[in-house]
Amino acid sequence: MSKIPVVERIMSQHDRVAIRNRALLDARGVHAINVMASPGAGKTCFILATAERLGNRLRLGVIEGDLASSVDADKVRAVGLPAVQINTGGNCHLDAIQVGQALAQLPLEEMDLLFIENVGNLVCPATFALGEHTRLAISSIPEGDDKPFKYPFIFANVDVLILNKMDLLPYIPFDVEAFYRTVRGLNPDIAIFPVSCVTGEGLDAWVEWLLQRVQRP
Amino acid sequence: MHELAVTESIVEIVCRHAERAKAKRIRRIYLVIGDLSSIVDDSVQFYFDFVSQDTLAQGAELVFRRIPVELVCEACGHRWNPPDADWVCPACGERRGRVLAGREFYVESIEVDT
Repeated sequence: MSKIPVVERIMSQHDRVAIRNRALLDARGVHAINVMASPGAGKTCFILATAERLGNRLRLGVIEGDLASSVDADKVRAVGLPAVQINTGGNCHLDAIQVGQALAQLPLEEMDLLFIENVGNLVCPATFALGEHTRLAISSIPEGDDKPFKYPFIFANVDVLILNKMDLLPYIPFDVEAFYRTVRGLNPDIAIFPVSCVTGEGLDAWVEWLLQRVQRP
Repeated sequence: MHELAVTESIVEIVCRHAERAKAKRIRRIYLVIGDLSSIVDDSVQFYFDFVSQDTLAQGAELVFRRIPVELVCEACGHRWNPPDADWVCPACGERRGRVLAGREFYVESIEVDT
């Protein structure tokens, strides 16, 4: 019996595909955002609200990841945005291979910004790089302020966090300051935007940040 | 259940290295996994038993080396292992911990019959 040193990152093959996706996006001048959150946090509503606020300042496209159905892609297409639905058929996350196939179906030359809406899940999507430039998580008030304790990996590994459904704050016990403290403890550089996609509260500040990030040379 | 994809990746890596070494079979697989990686050992083992079927890795033993999260406080330089996700420096009370360890996620080595 002999020992062979390997020292190879488990995700190395997968991440190679993600790097290829990233190179394609860069060549077409498209900034991609990987949107991760639990089911019902408001991912699709947030993408649509962002699109509305952006108006014609950026040209958008969307990849929708779900276990099944084209409900989300239909909603996005209904407002005139190009959208590709990926059905993972039971898989709990999008992977770079699926996203690569979806990229081939989008008019990248006519886009500046791509939202990749991941499968609703706070665990698995964080492990799989897709080729994105920005990693975004959404938490929402009804989920409770303890989520960073339960799912630290995702909060420690995103660039920006949206705290959605702020309009429900009067009705639900949620310690916003304690929540921010825990999240910033896990991720000192994170940008956090409290918003409501129903009232529009907070969306202007988020869109300003987004425009700066996308247009940064 | 992303452990399925992760396990397929592990089997691909170890079989590639074993073939390159012209090994007859893989006996043991040494994995290094940081506690910040959301991977459940038992789940990897469960998937491994059928993903590895009819490969050089069939029947191999998985050996997990878990790396605890280690932080360094950017305010005072203190190093500590946080017991939970409330990353408060026990020395100075600041929340400016940088991750030194805990993100590891790789195949370290394999033992093979040649």
